[in-house]
Amino acid sequence: MTTQTLTQPQIIGQAQAKALQDESWVKRLLIGVTLGFSGLFLILPLIVVMVSALAKGLSAYWAALASPDALSAMALTLLTAIITVPLNTLFGIAAAWAITHFDFTGKSLLTTLIDLPFSVSPVISGLVFVLLFGAQGWFGGWLSAHDIHIIFAVPGIILATLFVTFPFVARELIPFMQELGQQEEEAALSLGASGWQTFYRITLPNIKWSLLYGVLLCNARAMGEFGAVSVVSGHIRGLTNTLPLHVEASYNEYDFVSAFASASVLAGLALITLILKTYLEWRQAKA
Amino acid sequence: MYISAKTPMLQHSIMPGFRLTLGYSLFYLCLVVLIPLSTLIFKSFQLSWDDYINIITNARVLAAFKVSFLTALAAALIASVFGFIMAWVLVRYPFYGHRLLDALVDLPFALPTAVAGVVLATIYQPNAFIGRLLNDMFAIQVAYKPLGIVVALVFISLPFVVRTCQPVLQEFDASMEEAASSLGASRLQTFSKIIFPNLFPALLTGFALAFSRSVGEYGSVIFIAGNLPYVSEIVPLMIITKLEQYDIAGATAIALTMLVISFVLLLVINLFQRWVRQRSGQL
Repeated sequence: MTTQTLTQPQIIGQAQAKALQDESWVKRLLIGVTLGFSGLFLILPLIVVMVSALAKGLSAYWAALASPDALSAMALTLLTAIITVPLNTLFGIAAAWAITHFDFTGKSLLTTLIDLPFSVSPVISGLVFVLLFGAQGWFGGWLSAHDIHIIFAVPGIILATLFVTFPFVARELIPFMQELGQQEEEAALSLGASGWQTFYRITLPNIKWSLLYGVLLCNARAMGEFGAVSVVSGHIRGLTNTLPLHVEASYNEYDFVSAFASASVLAGLALITLILKTYLEWRQAKA
Repeated sequence: MYISAKTPMLQHSIMPGFRLTLGYSLFYLCLVVLIPLSTLIFKSFQLSWDDYINIITNARVLAAFKVSFLTALAAALIASVFGFIMAWVLVRYPFYGHRLLDALVDLPFALPTAVAGVVLATIYQPNAFIGRLLNDMFAIQVAYKPLGIVVALVFISLPFVVRTCQPVLQEFDASMEEAASSLGASRLQTFSKIIFPNLFPALLTGFALAFSRSVGEYGSVIFIAGNLPYVSEIVPLMIITKLEQYDIAGATAIALTMLVISFVLLLVINLFQRWVRQRSGQL
């Protein structure tokens, strides 16, 4: 092996490779900085959640999770996600279909408007619903006359979550479907398939990984949203506290085991999201 | 280029669902986003100009704006530096476990902000391990100071920078580096004259995204900030405080001002970005 002479291209190849190499101390320094920074900002927080949740032992941890307030917070969080994620998914598919299959005036404006909720502070996202449905809001008088509660009740939480998670599915699907093109769909249509048949048999199988990716991110945000929900919830224990709000309430009452027990559930959810996300990225790269 | 983009027009007749999908999208967009957001503008019309100026120029409100924008700026800058290094390491130096780290970079996206808030507050409070270490060794107090806000915002900002720089680095054409090096450039020169200028637009995008997210961030900040008026009170908290005092007009005025400032800043950053791209010849 050592006596083997290198061919001309190999020598050039090595020279090129060497030209792209950074000195080893630079490499080590930058890897060190990266590991230190991510240890401090990404790994330590996860450890602290678990350690704080289990600070008073496993039984205290389970008791905190099984408390009525925690259970009702989990139920409300699930309910919110079950309602908001399908609605925003439906919108995402419809918007992506319209934007990627047709040319129309105002298309780029529509694309920009879809992203709008991302550039609005969560607190403002909650505030606008207070302005609409709150006691002094546009519909406030009518709502209270008919004894309908939106603000400081579950519908407000769902509306605020709907607003905040609005762009996720659409913004995932639009670039993906743009790149995919529409030859296959056109072929199906010209062979006599109906619009719905084309959608179910051609479009949906083609976009499914990208769609799931959007749904996953939408769900993570729906379950974890704090600022917007905090404004409209009214923080009524056992009634209008989602799990993130329950974390805040417990923390502010110095009930750290309860706060971190709930936080550990949400952190577990975040880890599952990251694992699924990595899996979906891998599937998309393979497809 | 233009012609090929327009050719699908001819095939429109065959593709179904235009009215249904666009109609539903517009209806839902109006219902969920546009109508609620427009209330902010209509509500603020009910205020007289003098009232508006009075609310906004209140010393405590002005201090909150200063805290929010300065901490967001500092955090986006810090995250840009470290996020760039992380993207560089993840793409260029595959070390043992880099895939795991790559997946973990998105943790701040996935972790609910309230969880991030209580955890960071716990880590950096003065009597916790790291908080005490910083306090004893460098006399730095992180929690309940503006520095604490910066720490929380760096956490939130990090994935924006990494995820905008990473794909550009991955696609980066190594032959440019080879050319520079074979023409006698040192590694440092290659980096500063060839690599960095090509990455700068992406880095700027990451910075803009991080900054715009940071300005409005609430959940991860309020636990670590201490929320001291004039010192570590952020604008989103100011809005909530006004709401809790049933001062709807005050909350609306502050919210609208913040929204307008962040849109203007994003516009400026976008224009600057276009200018940078044009200068570096990547149209």
